[in-house]
Amino acid sequence: MNARRPGPHAAVTLDQLLAAKEIVVFCGSGGVGKTSVAAAAALGATVHLGGKVLVLTIDPARRLATALGLEGLGNRAHRVPPEVLKAAGIEARGELWAAMLDTKQSWDDLVLRHAPDEVTAYRILENRLYHNLTARFVQSHDYIAMERLFEIHASGEYDLIVIDTPPTRNAIDFLDAPARMADFFGSRLLRWLTLPYRVGGKRGSRVFNVASRPFYQMADRILGSQFLQDIAEFFLNFQSMYSGFVTRAKAVERLLHDKRTTFAVVTTLEAAPLYEAERFCAALLERDFHLGALVLNKTLPDSLRDPDGAAAAAACIDEAGLIADALVEAGDPALADRDRTARVLRTVGESYRNFSVVAMREAELRAELARVPDVVARVPTLADDVSDVEGLASISRYLFHGEAT
Amino acid sequence: MRAAARSASARASAHAIVNGPAPELLDRRLLLFTGKGGVGKSTMAAATALLASSIGKRVLLVEVDAKGDIPAQFEHSPVGFTPREIHPGVLAMAMDTEASLQEYLRLNLRVPVIGRIGPLARVLDFVATAAPGVKEILTIGKILWEVREAIEGRADFDMVVVDAAATGHIVAQLGAADAIRELVDVGPLRSQTQWLSELLADPTITAVNVVTTPEEMPVAETIELVDHLRREVNVPLGSVVVNRVLPELFTRGDEETFDALSAPQSRDLLTARVGRGATDVLDAARLAVSMRRIGATHLEHLRQSVDLSLLYVPYLFVRAHGLRVTRMVADALGAELGL
Repeated sequence: MNARRPGPHAAVTLDQLLAAKEIVVFCGSGGVGKTSVAAAAALGATVHLGGKVLVLTIDPARRLATALGLEGLGNRAHRVPPEVLKAAGIEARGELWAAMLDTKQSWDDLVLRHAPDEVTAYRILENRLYHNLTARFVQSHDYIAMERLFEIHASGEYDLIVIDTPPTRNAIDFLDAPARMADFFGSRLLRWLTLPYRVGGKRGSRVFNVASRPFYQMADRILGSQFLQDIAEFFLNFQSMYSGFVTRAKAVERLLHDKRTTFAVVTTLEAAPLYEAERFCAALLERDFHLGALVLNKTLPDSLRDPDGAAAAAACIDEAGLIADALVEAGDPALADRDRTARVLRTVGESYRNFSVVAMREAELRAELARVPDVVARVPTLADDVSDVEGLASISRYLFHGEAT
Repeated sequence: MRAAARSASARASAHAIVNGPAPELLDRRLLLFTGKGGVGKSTMAAATALLASSIGKRVLLVEVDAKGDIPAQFEHSPVGFTPREIHPGVLAMAMDTEASLQEYLRLNLRVPVIGRIGPLARVLDFVATAAPGVKEILTIGKILWEVREAIEGRADFDMVVVDAAATGHIVAQLGAADAIRELVDVGPLRSQTQWLSELLADPTITAVNVVTTPEEMPVAETIELVDHLRREVNVPLGSVVVNRVLPELFTRGDEETFDALSAPQSRDLLTARVGRGATDVLDAARLAVSMRRIGATHLEHLRQSVDLSLLYVPYLFVRAHGLRVTRMVADALGAELGL
């Protein structure tokens, strides 16, 4: 059943796993509670392991951001005040830090760092295609999140960095982002596309070779030559950052593959997210990333699959009248209305049955999971929204005690 | 569950400030469904198509993200770019930007593409990365092409229902035609994006619907998205579909009875009658009540922040997915639309 053969020293609890790692990347499809789980894991690490722990979140719910004191901070990291943790009943040995990802700011920083000179940097920053690329383009978030992670890790400021990944259409996309970025800037296609503009000398004039002429003729018909020229100019400028950029993208990729980095996949026990999670686990292993943990979030309690519970629910429905009679007789005035009491009994019985169908489906899906990492944590559906540090603390308790069975 | 759907319906109509009467939704030619990942966009698109087909319309169902979810909702094998009938009255196709480009070139520019599309696809991929809007325009362009075919009576269907991109991407997709005109100064692409924008903006033709669930993030994203769509694109909004609404277990009076039932003495008596599972049953009801309550606060926030009609689809306590579930959702939507 294990993705990795559990050796004598295989990590079996989250604290063991995290003790040996410097980076944990939380991933999973949208809506599974990735952000809260990542924040809870970081909080748990400060309690169990101490040290300086940073949670880098991408798009936290507003109340959670407020709870962590993240509002209006942009890219800056900030320490969650110890009083806030103490007020939530948490005795942290370490420091909890939090930061958000400001995509646009991160891209701008990247350009300023890698551009050969200031003029080129500003030419890029002011290009309308650049603006489009960074502000609107969803995939650009993938790369920049990993890039920021690298930057923070390189600063050496934290013992552990917990990162929540951006919501992508496909959870696997961001894994390939650094490689794709490097490929993209090094591609022959890019050189080929910008070639006429490079050797043409004068702005606006182009020199074609035999191979590219038909393409340009067609592209001009579809897009108009001005647009194509804008693209080419943008990439000519961007290409000046090529070597710095590619070196960096490769370093980012190495860091993700490093022994100090592990991945945790978060999912609920619903068919679609679970399918995504399984594919994601497989993709991680295929690419030789370290798959450290699987978090099954928002699961229904096991008591919904208890045969005693099923029997009791059946009795509540079938014998509602008789039980109501007995309750009326027992004398609690709040239960004196026999019909009402009988109705409530039937309702709770039916509700149990309804939810137990879902709980069984969840259990079956859980059992069918083919490959799972050594650490599997289950976080039940909490009776309250997770929007504060206390909520995170309760998730963290489940995370750090392994799967309750 | 039916009772839940009915009461949800009553609540919805009490709060609805309708953008046009809700049943009229199915009279439009183009219905797009967007929303945060995981809220049930595909299910709503499929159920809407099924519902429309049940009142005699023929529907083209377009899957934009090509995950293969749509045919599965009808227990049909995956479909490609060419529409196929996957259920009586429901045709389906999966969006494919490369195929869309080929079709566009063939129909509009009479460019011979045979044998060329390989390198062209790579160039397209490249340009799409460089210039956001290209993939989007090929997607929305193809969809609107089919809508126009339907309006002008040349198609095998009356309306187009789209399982559209998620919240993060939909504004770019819907705004692509306008964005292209900002970037491209001349050429056929510019002139040909004009009619796209016009069809999209026509409230008798198009409606963008946002699917959500009664949870914090989906509700927050919905409110933000509605605001974005209003400010950034000229596209009429339809309804907000709230999926997975848990039933209200108790009336206020019943809830007091339930509280009394949970008190130690009554709990013991109940245990004596129904066995030690009594605690499981009471705890489960308690959890159901609190889950419903959390959802209700998010719903209230949604109602106060969005002035679109809300359609409620109840949480379905079912074992699996497939046509049966799609039909249940279609029935719930039908009830909400007063059909």
